[in-house]
Amino acid sequence: MSIGVKVVERPIEQTSYVRATLTGMAHTLKHLFTPEKVTTQYPEQKESISKRWRGTHRMLTTEDGKAKCVGCGLCPTICPANCIKLVPGEDEKGNRYPLVFEIDEFRCIFCGYCQEVCPEEAIHVGRHYENAEYSREGFVYDLERLMAQTHPVCEMWDPADPKGE
Amino acid sequence: MTTPIALLQAATPGSQPHVIPWLIFTLVKLIAVFTVYMVGVALLTLAERKISAWIQDRHGPNRVGKGWLQPAADGIKNFVKEETYPAAANLPLFVLAPALAFIPALITWAVIPFAAPWDSPWGLFEMVLAPLPVGFLFILAISSLGVYGIVIAGWSSNNKYALLGGLRSSAQMISYEIAMGMSTIPVLLLSGNVTLSRIVNQQAFETWNVLNLTIAFFIFLVAAFAETNRLPFDLPEAESELIAGYHSEYSAMKFSLFFIAEYANMVTASALMATLFFGGWDIPFTLWDNVAPHTGLKTLLTLGFFGAKVLFFVFLYMWIRWTLPRFRYDQLMSLGWKVLLPLALGYIVAISTTIVTLDALGFARGSVPFHLGLILLNLAAVVILFVLLDRGRVISPAYSRLAPGEVEKLREMSTPRRAAPFLPESGD
Repeated sequence: MSIGVKVVERPIEQTSYVRATLTGMAHTLKHLFTPEKVTTQYPEQKESISKRWRGTHRMLTTEDGKAKCVGCGLCPTICPANCIKLVPGEDEKGNRYPLVFEIDEFRCIFCGYCQEVCPEEAIHVGRHYENAEYSREGFVYDLERLMAQTHPVCEMWDPADPKGE
Repeated sequence: MTTPIALLQAATPGSQPHVIPWLIFTLVKLIAVFTVYMVGVALLTLAERKISAWIQDRHGPNRVGKGWLQPAADGIKNFVKEETYPAAANLPLFVLAPALAFIPALITWAVIPFAAPWDSPWGLFEMVLAPLPVGFLFILAISSLGVYGIVIAGWSSNNKYALLGGLRSSAQMISYEIAMGMSTIPVLLLSGNVTLSRIVNQQAFETWNVLNLTIAFFIFLVAAFAETNRLPFDLPEAESELIAGYHSEYSAMKFSLFFIAEYANMVTASALMATLFFGGWDIPFTLWDNVAPHTGLKTLLTLGFFGAKVLFFVFLYMWIRWTLPRFRYDQLMSLGWKVLLPLALGYIVAISTTIVTLDALGFARGSVPFHLGLILLNLAAVVILFVLLDRGRVISPAYSRLAPGEVEKLREMSTPRRAAPFLPESGD
């Protein structure tokens, strides 16, 4: 007997359906009057989510309110779902910035590579899951929307601290 | 006075009401009973969900009006949803089937006495919709009609799962119908009458039939579970193997009608159990509620007791549903034909022998020694059945009828599949 299957040898002459039923009914009756419930009353109560939860994205900003992104193009390159659309631009001082930065959250597989690869720590996946929309277009987040998000961002896995302690 | 009314009143002793008050009161009773019954059935869907939730340590519906308006929300939803019809369905039968399932459950209620009679200023009113002298036979006749709705639903859907559900239900309901009818013969032996109000009165003045006829009650209980297609006998539905069984193809209010029919059947079966074995509307340990004068207060009190008894059995239905898993099909058939039917037949013989013996010994019906004799017989029967006989024989594994050598051979055949070569030897 392998792969951990436990086979119970039932002594046929000792099993009783009626008595076993009564035992089961006593058990369910006990639970019927148990006041402790396992339900989480969702919209009012929320389960805490992991620090490494990877949800909808967020673009971090500098102190003067501009996106940290420098339009290097690493995140659309690494993105396995090809969901990031980036058109880089350059101002008169030679600073690069994104002209267009769009993420299609429907295509996104929330792998978190964009956050890992970003040299400026600009794009992040967020600790957030309530992201329903009424239309498909609503799931294409543009730069303003990514900058306007306020939810906490994901703490990526740290090899030095594998359990996140 | 017209003849049908006179015929109905022939079963009613006491002062006869005049025709006009009798008609008015019958109409009032009809509307009141129908309303209470339908609202009760709607609330039972909520009760089922609440009880299932509590047994599983959940809260249950608590959003729509704190949960109380959930049946109303479900009803509105089912009325406004789209009705879909399978392209290849037999449409007239497909439409007819929900009504066929629903109506017999409703009609049965007509002959069940639900309270003590009321001696009003206009005459004595029986608290039963139709005080049929053949009430009990009427119930047996009508309750076997319920299978048609399910079989026709399964057949007319033109869906293999629905057809399987319908086939199972016909086999199951016909098998258990017999055991159910046989289990009630001892009740008739004791009461000597098929009028339900007489059966109630006999129990009120003597002893409740559950003490006199415990085994008959047990058989009736099991058969009633099978008749109403409730777990552990819900093979016609069997979500895990037949999608939704006979009502797989139904949607919106037609689907809802099957559900209402299931709950209505449950209430009716509970009322039957209360009436046949638990004294109907009788208040236990007292006799003042059974004798004249029949005041309105007595009627209300007995109505409350009847309601409590019915609700207890409905709760028992739900309690068992959320306790037991479903039977295998061969277990179901062998329980019906090989256990319940012989048991019911043997019990008829035992009870009639005992009654004849006690009569011959000179103990009067209703006297203490007569019922003590019956109770002792039942006590012995319960011990023999549930302690001595019920040892893996009533419900047993599929291999239990094989010789031990055959079982070993089967185990040998399945051994190579079980062995996983990449795992180390566990040593046994």
